[in-house]
Amino acid sequence: MFTLRKAWHPYISPFDPCKPITVKTYSTPPNLYIGFQPPNLPQFSPIEALKAGTLWKAFYDPWYSPYEIVKRGQSQ
Amino acid sequence: MWVYEKKLQYPVRVGTCNPKLAKFLIEQYGGADGELAAALRYLNQRYTIPDKVIGLLTDIGTEEFAHLEMIATMVYKLTKDATPEQMKAAGLGAHYANHDNALFYENAGGSPFTATYIQAKGDPIADLYEDIAAEEKARATYQWIINMSDDTDLNDSLRFLREREIIHSQRFREAVEILKDEQGKKRVF
Ligand SMILES: [Fe+2]
Repeated sequence: MFTLRKAWHPYISPFDPCKPITVKTYSTPPNLYIGFQPPNLPQFSPIEALKAGTLWKAFYDPWYSPYEIVKRGQSQ
Repeated sequence: MWVYEKKLQYPVRVGTCNPKLAKFLIEQYGGADGELAAALRYLNQRYTIPDKVIGLLTDIGTEEFAHLEMIATMVYKLTKDATPEQMKAAGLGAHYANHDNALFYENAGGSPFTATYIQAKGDPIADLYEDIAAEEKARATYQWIINMSDDTDLNDSLRFLREREIIHSQRFREAVEILKDEQGKKRVF
């Protein structure tokens, strides 16, 4: 499945001083995949576009803080 | 020449009094990958880049100043009513000693802005690759600031700014495609 977030598993030592984070993630935004923008991509409505920060749905990839994700009850 | 519109590119609302966030946000004001560095880098590179992509650098460089103004508004709102005690508690004691509650072009660690943050190599591909890297670094900085903030109103504006970095990176990548394009060959989508 295509995602805009990738995960990897860092090495965990038996002697790590802090509680190990077993999975780390990083952002891979749409600009890495699309190349030169093709014509006739789907657009947001003007008012949605002003809010999203882009007219183009394909480039929309919002980021939320862990606090906001807990509040919204969603995972990133 | 510029025309100034007396409003922000995107509304800035700050939900909670939290001067600590101002200390982090200052990174995007006067830091290496901040909005000031971005604006100055792009507008300066315009003169020696092939004319096909000058307009792009003008557009994005100009927009970066609009972003700088949004960050300034956030920092200002977060600190304007902070007492010296609150500034100290937010890690801004050294800032207060030098600047009172004034804004200053510095990074989150307090280092003043320097032109050594930006480059103009004169080689179009080298310059555009620097610009792409700068956009990705600014995007990441916004992620880390959003991660530390529970202010949904503020994060809404930061999310907008982060999305703009994604678009800027996309456009610089397209600029590279334009410049490396084989002359006279038709582009196929
Ligand atoms: Fe940008």
